[in-house]
Parts: sequence; C-alpha cells; structure tokens
Amino acid sequence: MTSVLYDAPGPKARTRTLISSIVAGVIVLGVVVFVIVRLANQGQFTAAKWGPLLDPTNGDFGPVWNLFGQALVATLSAAGLTLVFSLVIGTLLAVTRVTANRYYRWLVVGVIEFLRGVPVVIAIFFAARVLPQVGIDLPIMWYLVIGLTLYNCVIIAEIVRAGINALPRGQAEAGYSLGLTQGQVLRSILLPQAFRIMLPALISQLVVIVKDTSLGFIISYEEFVRTANIIIQTLQNPIQTYVVVAAIFILINYSLGKLAEYVERRLSRGRKTAAAPADAEQEADAAVGAVTGG
Amino acid sequence: MGVLIEQFPLYVSGFLGTLRLCVFAAIGSLVLGTVIAACRVSPVPPLRALGSAWVTVFRNTPLAVVLFAVAFGLPELGVNGSYFWFGVAGLTFYTSAFVCEAVRSGINSVPPGQAEAARAVGLTFTQSLSLVILPQAFRTVVPPLGSVIIAMIKNSAIAGAFGIGGDLFAVGSTLTSAQGYAAAATLFGVLLGYLVLTIPAGIGLARLEKKLAVAR
Repeated sequence: MTSVLYDAPGPKARTRTLISSIVAGVIVLGVVVFVIVRLANQGQFTAAKWGPLLDPTNGDFGPVWNLFGQALVATLSAAGLTLVFSLVIGTLLAVTRVTANRYYRWLVVGVIEFLRGVPVVIAIFFAARVLPQVGIDLPIMWYLVIGLTLYNCVIIAEIVRAGINALPRGQAEAGYSLGLTQGQVLRSILLPQAFRIMLPALISQLVVIVKDTSLGFIISYEEFVRTANIIIQTLQNPIQTYVVVAAIFILINYSLGKLAEYVERRLSRGRKTAAAPADAEQEADAAVGAVTGG
Repeated sequence: MGVLIEQFPLYVSGFLGTLRLCVFAAIGSLVLGTVIAACRVSPVPPLRALGSAWVTVFRNTPLAVVLFAVAFGLPELGVNGSYFWFGVAGLTFYTSAFVCEAVRSGINSVPPGQAEAARAVGLTFTQSLSLVILPQAFRTVVPPLGSVIIAMIKNSAIAGAFGIGGDLFAVGSTLTSAQGYAAAATLFGVLLGYLVLTIPAGIGLARLEKKLAVAR
C-alpha cells in the first residue's frame, strides 16, 4: 500500500535508496553499538548479571524460572478470568443497550461511558482498597480481576454492539417474521453471528488484558512485574530481568496478535458473498484498546 | 466526601501534576510517533525495519514494564533525570507506537488514485505528499489519534502508580494509606480529576470527528 506514495524507482532513485539505506543502516547500527559498548562498560554483560536468567547450569537459574513460571500462571489465570467475566457482563450490557427502550437506555449508555473514562489502574486500586473496607475480603487476585473486568466489560460491550449492528437488517427481520421473540432473535440469530464477526477484535482485546495484568504489582499480586521486583532485590540485575520479562510479554502478545490477524483473514475469506461489515469493523476497532494503547 | 473539601488544594496540585505529565508525553509521542510512521513508509529498508521493530516492542510490552526498564536502563546509558522525566519518557515511548500505527493507517486510507493522479500531473514526491496525501490523511487520522491521546491520559495513572509522585494517583495513594481517609471518597475525587480530562476530550473529539467526516 505504501508504495503508492512513489513511482517504481528508476536507476537514479535506486542509487539514492541504496545510499540512504547504507547511511541509515550505519547510523542505526552505530546507536546500537554505542548502547552495547556503554552497557558493557557499566558491567551489564557479565555472567553474574545474565547467568541466573539464561544459563541453566547457574545455581539461581532453577529458582528464578520457577518464580517466572508461577508469574506466568498468575498472569494467565487473572487474564483468563477477566476475559470470561468481561465477556458475560459485556454481552449482557450490549444486549441491554440494544433492547432497552429509550426511557432507561440513557442509564446503560451512562454506565458504559463512565466506565470507559476510568483509568484501569484506578479501577484496580479502587477494588483493592474499597472492597476490604466494606467487608469483602478476597484473595488479591480477585481484586485485580474485578478491577480489570470493570474496565474491560464495557469495551467488550461496545465490540458486541458493533458486531450486532454490523449484521444485515434482514437477519433480525427474518427472525421476527418467523414469529420469534426478541430474546430468541438475539440468542439464536444475532449473537452467534456477531461473535463470529467480532472474534478478531476480542482476541486483540485479550492482548490488552494480558498487558494490564501487569498492573497487579500495585496491589502486590505476584505477576511478572512484582516477581521481577522480587528477583531484582536478590540478584541486583534490573535491566536483565526486565529485558527477559519484556521478551516474555512480547512473545505472548505478538502470537495473540498474529492469531487475530489469521482469524480475520479466514473470516473475511468466508464472508466474501455477504455484505462487507467494514464500518462496524472500524467501529469495533475504535472500541478496542489494542489500537489505542488503552 | 469531607476529604474532597479538606484536601482540595492537594487534589488541585495532583491534577496539575497529571496535566503536566500528559502535556509533555502527548507532545513527545505525537512527534516521535509521526517520525516513526515516516520511517515505516519510507523506501529505505533499514528505517522500515527500525520502525516495525519499535512498534512491535512497545505495542506488546505492558506500560509498567516499559516504565521500570526506562528507569533502570537510562541511568546506565548516562541519562539521568528525575522520576517525573522517566515517567514522561516511558509514556512517550509506549504511546508513540500507537500514534505511529494511527498515522500509518491514515496514510494508507487515502485512495491510491489520489497519489497516482498527483504523480500523473507531475508533482514530485514531496509535493504529492504535502499537497495531496497528508491533507486527506489528516482527516482520517484525527479520530484515532484523539482516542490514542485519551487512552494516554488514562495510562498516565500507571506512571503515577510507578511512583513519579505529585500526580493524581499519588494523591489518592497518600491520602488513603498515610492519612487514613476513607478509600471510596478519596478515590472518587481522584477519578473526578481524570474524568474532567477524559470526558470533555471525548466530547470534543466526537464533535471534531463529525466536522471532519467528509464523504469520499
């Protein structure tokens, strides 16, 4: 797509591109070398710093990766629970918003807009500080799950709504003309198709949820960031530990992102004959945090 | 709700702290994100590779990890600063990846015929980009960029949790833990501070979106 900005290069342009490639390559390489030399001078590439993370013969390797393993389980279980709860509550919210009459629709819209404006850290912090004060004592993980669900359920509600709106009107009309009730139309005609369309957006939202579980560190839930901070206290290797943690997150989220792309390609191949729900897809994309960083 | 009235000056200073953080990070990430988007659409392969590596890394790493890595990494490279500036840097790096993707998809949304027509009438690369492509791309880029910036305002609370101090999150944290105010009322005040920023921004954005929406 981007090649539309310039013509197919002729001999002169090719030379220019080659020269600027070399110049840019040298500059980028220079910066990388500078950073590496600088870090090496600070003693950041010693076996003492990297060994516990990368060398299986190192005495600390086992315990460190054991901790990382527990962090992975903690992260994935919090993310999984959040996804399930957000899906259920989000779908209920979306259905309420679609079916509500105008006398109380504003209430649902108000709740959704309000929760969308709440920073997710504040939601987690709120859950962890307020719930114990009103006598609800839960394991720490549940405060994280509640905080994340508060934030994500409204985003999923918007995704589901966009999915329902994307369906051709005839689908619902055909259902009503067969004598189905509104609930039956939603349950057996609209929602199954909406979920199909929304699958890529839902997977992208899962990336956001996985990233946001890292906020568990503020309430001392032992996910990756908290675990990294514990490891650093003993091993004194913050840079190395955070590089490894970042690599783990990139691996998980990059794979999820690729999965979303793959599912999207498959779905669009299957739906070629149906009306393209392009607008709704954009609307759903706008709701998803994966494209805004939220 | 007494805490809101008693501690009002503290809330105001926290609000201004958050605002300062957001303004610096917004300017930084818009500039950096546009530069990286330019790298990603340029015909120079090393720059393209740099751009996509940057986006892959910062889109898939949680902001908290970015912030800690910046705070521990930059001093080792000889860059020293206060936690506030590390917070700005982390938030800027993270947000720039999303700005880049918004700008890039805006450029891609301009119909190819526009660029082809511009070249056909003999405009140079710079002319067709500045007179034909970018003015049209700008219309489609504004709504997603606005959403990115609103998300960034909310993410600034993470920089607060990371400990830059003096922002709204820090106010909520001190008042509930050190001074023992009721958590619900205190955090409600903090939340109001964020909503004052995000809700008008959202409404303004929706208006702007309507104004810029032109049938293609």
